Amino acid sequence: MLSLWLIPLLPLAGFAVNGLLGRRLPKSAINAVAAGSVLLSFLWVLKTLSALGVFGGGNPLEQAYVEHYFTWIQSGTLNIGVDFAIDRLTAVMLMIVTGVGFLIHVYAIGYMAHESGYYRFFAYLNLFMFFMLTLVLGANFLLLFVGWEGVGLCSYLLIGFYFSEKFATDAGNKAFIVNRIGDFGFSLAVFLIVIHFGSLDFATVFGKVQSMPVESSAGWMTAIALLLFVGATGKSAQIPLYVWLPDAMAGPTPVSALIHAATMVTAGVYMVTRSSSIFLHAHDALEVVAIIGLATAFFAATMGLAQTDIKKVYAYSTVSQLGYMFLGLGTGAFSAGIFHVMTHAFFKALLFLGAGSVIHAMSGEQDLRKMGGLRKYTPITFWTLLCASVAIAGVPPFSGYHSKDAILASAYTYAPWMYWVGVFTAGMTAFYVFRAFFLAFFGEPRWKADAHDAHGHDAHGHGHGEPHESPPSMWIPLAVLAVLSLVGGYINIPKWLEPMFKSAPEEPGIPWTAMVSVAAGLIGIALAAWFYLIAPAIPEGLARTFSTPYRWIYNKYFVDEFYDSLVVNPMVDGSRSLLWRVVDARGIDGIVNGAGRTARSVGGVLKRMQSGSIRSYAAWVVLGSIVVIVAITMAGGGR
Amino acid sequence: MPQLPPSVPLSWYLALSLILFVLGIAGFLFRRNIITVFMSIELMLNAVNLSFITFSYKLKQVDGHIFSFFVMVVAAAEAAVGLAIILTVFKNRQTLEIDELSSLKN
Amino acid sequence: MIFAAIAVVCGVNLVVQTHPISSALSLVGVMGALAALYLLLGGEFIAAAQLVVYAGAIMVLFVFVIMLLNAGTEHKGHRTWAKYAGVPLLLVFLGLIASLIANRLPASENVVFGQFTKGSPLEIGRALFTTYLLPFEVTSVLILIAILGAIVLARKEID
Repeated sequence: MLSLWLIPLLPLAGFAVNGLLGRRLPKSAINAVAAGSVLLSFLWVLKTLSALGVFGGGNPLEQAYVEHYFTWIQSGTLNIGVDFAIDRLTAVMLMIVTGVGFLIHVYAIGYMAHESGYYRFFAYLNLFMFFMLTLVLGANFLLLFVGWEGVGLCSYLLIGFYFSEKFATDAGNKAFIVNRIGDFGFSLAVFLIVIHFGSLDFATVFGKVQSMPVESSAGWMTAIALLLFVGATGKSAQIPLYVWLPDAMAGPTPVSALIHAATMVTAGVYMVTRSSSIFLHAHDALEVVAIIGLATAFFAATMGLAQTDIKKVYAYSTVSQLGYMFLGLGTGAFSAGIFHVMTHAFFKALLFLGAGSVIHAMSGEQDLRKMGGLRKYTPITFWTLLCASVAIAGVPPFSGYHSKDAILASAYTYAPWMYWVGVFTAGMTAFYVFRAFFLAFFGEPRWKADAHDAHGHDAHGHGHGEPHESPPSMWIPLAVLAVLSLVGGYINIPKWLEPMFKSAPEEPGIPWTAMVSVAAGLIGIALAAWFYLIAPAIPEGLARTFSTPYRWIYNKYFVDEFYDSLVVNPMVDGSRSLLWRVVDARGIDGIVNGAGRTARSVGGVLKRMQSGSIRSYAAWVVLGSIVVIVAITMAGGGR
Repeated sequence: MPQLPPSVPLSWYLALSLILFVLGIAGFLFRRNIITVFMSIELMLNAVNLSFITFSYKLKQVDGHIFSFFVMVVAAAEAAVGLAIILTVFKNRQTLEIDELSSLKN
Repeated sequence: MIFAAIAVVCGVNLVVQTHPISSALSLVGVMGALAALYLLLGGEFIAAAQLVVYAGAIMVLFVFVIMLLNAGTEHKGHRTWAKYAGVPLLLVFLGLIASLIANRLPASENVVFGQFTKGSPLEIGRALFTTYLLPFEVTSVLILIAILGAIVLARKEID
């Protein structure tokens, strides 16, 4: 018994302590409990994995290691237990979640130092870790779903952390509601799985799937796969359910880093990868995954080109990169997709944390147009963000190159046109990331002119005259992540994960695809440098000339407004006029009040029995005795 | 030996018991003086006693007599206490009419 | 039969009479008739007890109370719903039990005086002190309580 349950339960204990007692604890205690629980979890993961032989040589974890705790649901033939399992996929995810999670906890200690509700924040963060770990460790769909819902809940709580700001709570609502739509699809998929396989246990279901023929056209296997993917689009922000992610930037930056970059949004990718056998048996669904992934990657990248808020740039970048991951999955390269999950966790978390550092330095300002020249003032942030940007642009030998290239190569084998779109998107990625980088760190310090209107979402309330570097609790995690972003590509995940996906197509190594994508990346960087370093007038000119497309991009293609008019407003109006007025006020209240009225009138009738007149009592007695005698006679009493 | 009275079917005794019982209920329902009501109750008890004895004769057991005996004892006790209550009520209300003793009314 | 007739007449009288005293006397008549009937049924002890206890003590008590309270004749009362419902109810009741008796009980034997020998005081005494010992003792307690209750309720307040 390796006590896998400790891994998620340590953060849960942290949540309990901080949540219940945090109000009275000193900050140092809260820090110790919160970060400490995650650190312990991480260490326990290491211990477990080494006990399973992962860090040695040889062929560890060929089969999943399962621990069964107790039976949760037993109904007829359906038997769902609380089981945790580790296989190679889980091992990767565990390392990412606990490792990066720990770094972000440390960072948050510094970042949130001046915020109110300090203990609440860390309690929620720990709770999130618990749910995410349950999601990853669960050995059946139901446990995965528990974690799935739980992280959605924590996302809502954390996005709306500044609950006194309406746009924060709105964003939290939006995230949760849009997620819910995805969860509905997921639930339907789970029901279908129960119907067709009679179990939710991964080993059982996937074993049965393997023995089935590949489905050629739309059938129930495809339905299951597509519904699972609907859930993934909600959680992992793909088209059409990505709209919550940019708004989610209303939450504190560590939240954006942890949940919306490194872990929660990758839950969808994890889930699809876990269900790879289902998808491989329903090729139509797999194609849908690839196409949507690619489309999302492309469109999100275009939207990132024109954003002015630094966090929004990275948010769209996240959506885009997630699209890449799904592209990888959809073309059959499951291990490449997971590889990208890992590298993305490194550099995206770094990007967000670095953005947080920038925002912290600028006393809460998030608008890129108001930054500039920060290179002198925040050197550590400068270097670490440079590492991250280079990594995400796909420049070798940094990590992003390895994973992105694996995906693109797979795409080429699947369908060349997808590869070219992917390459173009890679170019755009490099462009917008470096646009943000140059705007923030180079050029004239535009903030000096209007240093007085530093208003931002994460306003710290201390007015510094000049930007300053972040405290060590913040830049040490940045440094660690930077190192990982640089060298993470050399952890050869794809090779390690490959035996899991036996029916996946071979991942080829076509050299020239890599070179083209690298070239695209470098072109993007160069273009950004030209536009924003050397000749800043050009982007403004372009924006003016191509004003309509620019407006479209800047306003995110008006997707939110479209959804509003199509879905949100009719629903709100319908709820108000129909459900509220008619059903609730008249129907339900009518029933409740009617019950009261009926009771009262019956009571009024019965009241007359208690008239106080002895004589009528007597009459009642006679009547009653007649009834009793009749009853006994009817029942056959007496002889 | 004097001539025995003519024999009568047993059920006639029960019929008599029934008639007396019904009369008692009638008195209970229709009279207004509380003491009369009380007496009707005693009439009912007597009717029941008669039926007990009748059945005891039929079943050739002495238990009916015993029951009847106990009924009488209880009736005596009840009469005593009931009349005491009536006395008290009269002292408070100065009336013996059943309709006016209705303070149990809502 | 005669006694039965007497009993019925007295019973009716009881109900009909307006003055409580007349009703009380009718009740005495009923009890007397019943005592005779008990005798015919072989219950000598019970007949004697009826006369002594019931007719003698209890009715005397009733008469005393009536005289004490100076109860007068009743006057016509207002009608409550009980009066209206009462008659049909009673008739129903009557019919019901009558039918029960007629249906359930077998055609009866005739009552012959002297056939029932178990009603003698000997038999009753034997039963009382063996099978029914406990109820016997309990009733004595009951009587005690009744005495106490009656005294408490009816005494004058001590100033």
